[in-house]
Amino acid sequence: MATLEHSAPAPVTDHAATSTGLPHLKLAMWLFLASDCLLFGALISTYVLYRGASTVGPYPADVFDIPYTSVSSFVLLASSLTMVLALAAIQRGDVGRSRVWLLATALLGLTFLGGQVYEFTSFVNEGLTLKTNVFGTSFYVLTGFHGTHVAVGVLMLLTVFTLSFAGKINQDSSMTVELVGLYWHFVDIVWIVIFTVVYLIPTGNPAGG
Amino acid sequence: MASVSVPAERPGGLLRRPHATTGFWAWFTTVDHKKIGILYGITAFAFFLIGGTEALLIRLQLARPDQNVLDAAVFNELFTMHGITMVFLVVMPLSAAFFNYLLPLMIGARDVVFPRLNAFSYWAFLFGGLFIYSSWFLGGAPNGGWFGYAPNSVLDPTRGMTFYAIGLLITGIASTVSAVNLAVTVLNMRAPGMTLFRMPVFVWMGLVVQLLLAFSLPVITIGLVELLFDRLFGTHFFDVSAGGSPVLWQHLFWLFGHPEVYILVLPAMGIVSEILPVFARKPLFGYQFVVFSGIAIGFIGFGVWAHHMFAVGLGPVANTAFAVSTMIIAIPTGVKIFNWLGTLWNGDIRFPTPMLFSIGFIAMFVIGGLSGVMHAVVPSDYQQTDTYFIVAHFHYVLFGGAIFGLFAGMYYWWPKVFGRMLNETWGKVNFWLMLIGFNLTFGPMHILGLQGMPRRIQSYPESLGLAFWNLVSSIGAFVIAVSVLVFLITAVASFRKPKQMEADPWDARTLEWATSSPPPDYNFEEIPVVHSLDDLWHRKYAETEGGRVVPVAAGGSGGASHAEGSAHAIEGGAGHAIHMPSPSYFPVIAAAGFPVIGYGLLFGVPAVAVGLVITLAGFFGWALEPSAE
Repeated sequence: MATLEHSAPAPVTDHAATSTGLPHLKLAMWLFLASDCLLFGALISTYVLYRGASTVGPYPADVFDIPYTSVSSFVLLASSLTMVLALAAIQRGDVGRSRVWLLATALLGLTFLGGQVYEFTSFVNEGLTLKTNVFGTSFYVLTGFHGTHVAVGVLMLLTVFTLSFAGKINQDSSMTVELVGLYWHFVDIVWIVIFTVVYLIPTGNPAGG
Repeated sequence: MASVSVPAERPGGLLRRPHATTGFWAWFTTVDHKKIGILYGITAFAFFLIGGTEALLIRLQLARPDQNVLDAAVFNELFTMHGITMVFLVVMPLSAAFFNYLLPLMIGARDVVFPRLNAFSYWAFLFGGLFIYSSWFLGGAPNGGWFGYAPNSVLDPTRGMTFYAIGLLITGIASTVSAVNLAVTVLNMRAPGMTLFRMPVFVWMGLVVQLLLAFSLPVITIGLVELLFDRLFGTHFFDVSAGGSPVLWQHLFWLFGHPEVYILVLPAMGIVSEILPVFARKPLFGYQFVVFSGIAIGFIGFGVWAHHMFAVGLGPVANTAFAVSTMIIAIPTGVKIFNWLGTLWNGDIRFPTPMLFSIGFIAMFVIGGLSGVMHAVVPSDYQQTDTYFIVAHFHYVLFGGAIFGLFAGMYYWWPKVFGRMLNETWGKVNFWLMLIGFNLTFGPMHILGLQGMPRRIQSYPESLGLAFWNLVSSIGAFVIAVSVLVFLITAVASFRKPKQMEADPWDARTLEWATSSPPPDYNFEEIPVVHSLDDLWHRKYAETEGGRVVPVAAGGSGGASHAEGSAHAIEGGAGHAIHMPSPSYFPVIAAAGFPVIGYGLLFGVPAVAVGLVITLAGFFGWALEPSAE
C-alpha cells in the first residue's frame, strides 16, 4: 500500500485531544509562569546583590513597617483562598457564587495594591525615592514589578467577572477561571518570596542600623 | 483553493472580520503559520541585506590603514547595529521562519496551537526591528556594542542606547510569546503515533531552542529594564558611585547571551541533521545521540556564561569553574559532528546545493568550535579577548555555522514553500563564492587577532603591520556580498518559472514532503498516522531479507501524487469540512501599541498612554473574538 494511511477524521473542536493530555492553554500558562520565574529571579538577585550596598540612607530598617506589610501580605494570600472558591463554584456550575468570589478576589488584590501605594507614598515622604540609593532603586523596581503583575491579575479578574454577566463564563468554560487562578496563585507565591527576602531578612547597613 | 471554512457574516462589531485569503490585507491579517513563516523569512532577509551593508561599510573603513571613510562615532553605530541586526533581526527571525513554517508540517499538525498569538509575535518582532532602525533618524543609532556594557551604555549622551533597550524589549516579547506558542505546539499538537522519539531532529532542536528562549530572555529583559530605568529615571543599578555594579549587567547579559549562541546555532544544526540523511540516502547516524546532545547543549548552555567575562576579574575559582563547564559543552557539540560524519560514511551521496551548504556548515563550524575551545583556556583567553581573534571565532560559529545552515535550509525547502526549484548551477556559484569569500574575510582575522589588533577600533596606523590581512579581509567581504547578490537573483528568477513542483522532489524522509508543494492552507487533508521515525521514507521503501532497500510497489511518487490528488479531492466534498482559524486584525493592533509606548518613553508621556490603550484594545478585541467563525 503506497498511499498514506490516515486516521479517522478527528473532530476539530476547542477540546481536541492533545498529545500530552494537558489542555493547550494550561500547558502554555505553565510555560509562561516558568519563564516569569526567571524575570522575578533576576530582579530578586539584583536586590540581594545590592543588599547593604547603599552609600546613603534611608536604609531598609529606617522605613520598613513590618506589621503593616504583614497585614497587606495576609490580604493578598487570603485572595488565593477566594480564587480557589471561585474556581470550585464555576466547576460546580454555580455561576452566581463564582462571580461573588471573583469579585472578592479582585477587591482583595486592589486592597493589596492600595496598601502598596500607601507604603510607597510614606517611604517617599521619609526620603526614599527611586534615585536615593541602590536600596530605593532595587526595592521600588522589584516590588513595583510585582505590583504590576497584581494589577494585570486584577484586570483579568474583573474582565472575567464582567464576561460572566454576558453568559460567557460557565461550567464548560471553567478553564478560563482556572487559568486566571494559576496566574493569581503564582503572583501570590512570588510575594511570599519577596516578603521574606526583602522585608523579613534583616539587612545591616553601613550606618550600623 | 479549497474553501476552508465559510465565514459567517457577523453584523456589527467595531472591526468587520477580515476574510481575504489573497492580496495585501491577507498578509496583514493572516494567522496561517506558513504565511507567517514566509513573512518572517522575507523580513529577516531584508534585515540581512541591511546588516550586511553595515558590515561592508565597516570593512571599507578598515581596508587600508589611517583611513577616515567613516568617523569614529558613525563607526561605533555601525558595528553596534551590525551586531544587533545580525543576532536579533536576522538569525533569530530566520530560524523562526523555519520553525513557523516547518514544525506544524513535520509533526503532522494543521497550524501552531495559537495562530493569532503567532501573528502577534511576527508583528511585534517587525515593529521592534523598525523601532530600533528609526533611531538613525531620531537622534543617533545605538553605539555601545550589541552587548551594551554598562556604564558606557548608561552614560552615553545620545538616545541610541535607549532605542536599544526598548527595541530589544519589544523583540524580546515577540520571541518569548513565540517560544511558548511553538513549544506547546510541539508538545501538544503531534499527529497520532508521533511520539517524541519519532520527531525529526529539526523539531527536537526547535523544542530545545524555544525552551532556551523562554528561560534566557527573561534575564536580559530585566537587564534591559534596569538599563532603561538608569537612563530614563535616574536609578543607580549600574552606578558605581552609589554602590551599584556594572558587572551585574555583564552577568545578566551573558546569562542570556550564551544560551543565545545556542539559540542561534541549534536551528542550523537541526536543518543540517535533516538534509544530510536525505542526500546520503541513509538514516541519521545515532538519532538519539543527536537529540540528547542537543538537549545537553541546551542545559549546559546556561552554565558557561562567565567565559565571556574571564578578563573582568571574577577570581580564579569562578574562572576555573566556567573554563571547565565550557570545555564540557564541547563534548555534546563534538558528538553531533561525529554523528554527521557517520551519516555521510558509506552513504550514496549526492551534492545538490543544500548538501554543499550543509557540508560547508560542518567544516566551518568545526573551525569556529575549535577556536572556541581555545577561549575556554583562561590564560589563552586573556591574550585573545577583545582582539580580532574573537571576531574570527564567533563569525565562524554564527556565519560559517548559523548562516550556512540557514542557506542550506533555504535551498532545501524552497521547492516545498514556493513550489519552485532554485537554479542548481547558480546555487553552486552562490555556495562556492560564499565559502571562499567567508574564509577570505574571517580567516585572516585569526592572524590579525594574534598580532594584537583590538576589536572595535575605527582605524589603525600603518606601522603596526596590519594592512595586508585587513585588505584581504575587506576583499573577502565584498566576495560574500556578490554571493548574496547571486542568491537574490536566483531567488527572484525562480518565480519566473511556473509553479509545478512535485510533493517530494528530494526523495526525503519527513512528513512535510508528504503533502503538496506548496502545502494547502490546512496542510494535510487528513492528519497522518505515524508508525516510525522517518515515516515518509518507510512508506516509500522497504528492506528485503537480504538487507537491500527496495521501493515499495508503486511507491515514491505514488504517495506524492496521492497528496496532490487529495488536495483537490476536498473540493468535491470529502464528507467533512476542515475548520481553520480565521484571519484577524487584533494581533497587529496589539503589537502596534509597543513602538508607540517606546516613542512615548523617549519623547513624551502622552504617547505611553496611547500605546497602552492600543495594546489593551488589541488584546481585549482578540480575547472576545472567536478564533474561527
